Amino acid sequence: MLTIHELHEKLVRRDVSAVEVTKAFLAHKDTVEPKVRAFLSDSREGALKGAAAVDEKIAAGETIADLAGIPGAIKDNICIEGQQATCASKILEHFKAPYNATVIEKLAASDYISLGKANMDEFAMGSSTENSAFHETHNPWNLDCVPGGSSGGSAAAVASGSAVWALGSDTGGSVRQPAAYCGVVGLKPTYGLVSRYGLIAYASSLDQIGTLTNDVEDCAIVLNAIAGHDPKDSTSIPQEKQDYKQALVNDVKGLKIGIPEEFFGEGLDPASRKALDDAMDTYKKLGAEIVPISMPNMKYGIAAYYIIAPAEASSNLARYDGVGFGMRVDGKDIVDMYIKTRTEGFGDEVKRRILLGTYVLSSGYYDAYYLQAMKVRTLMKQDFDEALKKCDILLTPTAPDTAFKIGQNSGDPLAMYLGDVCTVPLNLAGLPGISIPCGYKDGLPIGMQLIGKALGEATLLRAAYTFEQNRTDLRMPSPMGEVEL
Amino acid sequence: MKISAEEIKKIALLSRLEVKDDQIETVGKQLNDILSYMDLLGQVDVTGVKPTAHAVAMSNVMRDDVPRPSISNEKALQNAPEQDEGCFKVPKVIQD
Repeated sequence: MLTIHELHEKLVRRDVSAVEVTKAFLAHKDTVEPKVRAFLSDSREGALKGAAAVDEKIAAGETIADLAGIPGAIKDNICIEGQQATCASKILEHFKAPYNATVIEKLAASDYISLGKANMDEFAMGSSTENSAFHETHNPWNLDCVPGGSSGGSAAAVASGSAVWALGSDTGGSVRQPAAYCGVVGLKPTYGLVSRYGLIAYASSLDQIGTLTNDVEDCAIVLNAIAGHDPKDSTSIPQEKQDYKQALVNDVKGLKIGIPEEFFGEGLDPASRKALDDAMDTYKKLGAEIVPISMPNMKYGIAAYYIIAPAEASSNLARYDGVGFGMRVDGKDIVDMYIKTRTEGFGDEVKRRILLGTYVLSSGYYDAYYLQAMKVRTLMKQDFDEALKKCDILLTPTAPDTAFKIGQNSGDPLAMYLGDVCTVPLNLAGLPGISIPCGYKDGLPIGMQLIGKALGEATLLRAAYTFEQNRTDLRMPSPMGEVEL
Repeated sequence: MKISAEEIKKIALLSRLEVKDDQIETVGKQLNDILSYMDLLGQVDVTGVKPTAHAVAMSNVMRDDVPRPSISNEKALQNAPEQDEGCFKVPKVIQD
């Protein structure tokens, strides 16, 4: 699979032009996209124009950014001025973003190329991309399976070779779980490292923009492009800019890796367990120390998350009232107009979470549900603080099993929620996590999650990079063929 | 049952959503399954534990009070289903 760093080399050496690269990816995308359906829009004209501008820079002898001229995909809940930002919802079907998200401004400064907006679960609520109001996306490794979610379009675009990199968003695992299901690298940065300005809100205390790439080096490159303090996001952390490529060191000697037993319970598929045991052996052989630990409050993660996230969503999604965002369904009075617009505009899962969130915040239930969940969140955060005092990073599965069949969990929302057990705790604690491939079962990739300290992305990237460099046996031919340059 | 049909109707109105009569049973079952699972949280001893609303503790992030360009009226209204004289237009709020 072609990576950002390989393509950048080729561009700089003038082996190939940026326009040729974009054209090659568009041709590949045209072949695989009818089967995968990762995209909700097509911005080939803008992409070719952007590529031509990069070629001019190269011809003029200018230095180009690592990401310049390399085709990517952007999840459709991130605003690009003048383009759609549907959140895969009917209620935003005709909405055009009036401004750029901060990550888009930053990517533009790197001369990024976007081939289109990527499919997702409606408003990022879901774990399979089946909740898109427009269409399903298929897993490139097995077209009968889901790509994961909610950033399923972003993960499938990268895994199918249609895009070299993609942005997603992660509120409870929505970058890491699709990365695991699609066999790519997915990073959810520390809460506050990447600006949320222009990311359409789902649950504001948990949402964070993340990256999907073919390898760890590419992950560092995209993170370099998007990380940094933003005065437009009051939850953005003020801190010095880092070069995450410096973290790409093939060495984990002396690194303490915690293995929290609670993530390796009954529900974990035996093939995943075996792949993770092998990964621990790899780290041990490379000189890392494996430290068994216990984090007793992790078992409350799903319950706490599915109270807090819907509560925040019920408030955030109140703005879709038929006044400012394109869609309106007329009613007999203003309240009737609100109800008709929202009832027609939102899909079932979004409605379910709004109802659930409104319920747990309503008078009489607030203390038992919402306040209790926020207290449990404190206890979970303390578990992480303790664990990361003893260890540099933690190693867990990304998901209990590999990708499931399309339709398998529909009609049973709770079963779908329980699959998020390994990923939601990090969002509740605001910590960074990366999913990287660590094995395969019946032709489907297995993901390993590494968890770091707050703002500990450099250590995470080093650990992930070292694993990737020493486990070349895990490199597989691209499931949908290679892009021909 | 954690949540009755009547409560679902009430919550739906607060949410400005309609749950039709023929959907009440399915929606009710799904919400009940989820809320029953949440009972798990009731087991946790949270005596003396402070709630966490935000993973990163930050408050009152200030910036200098200087004027700067903001989004134009035209752009702010570009997605309005109905507009009039530079404003969002809504149906009559106070009924006769």
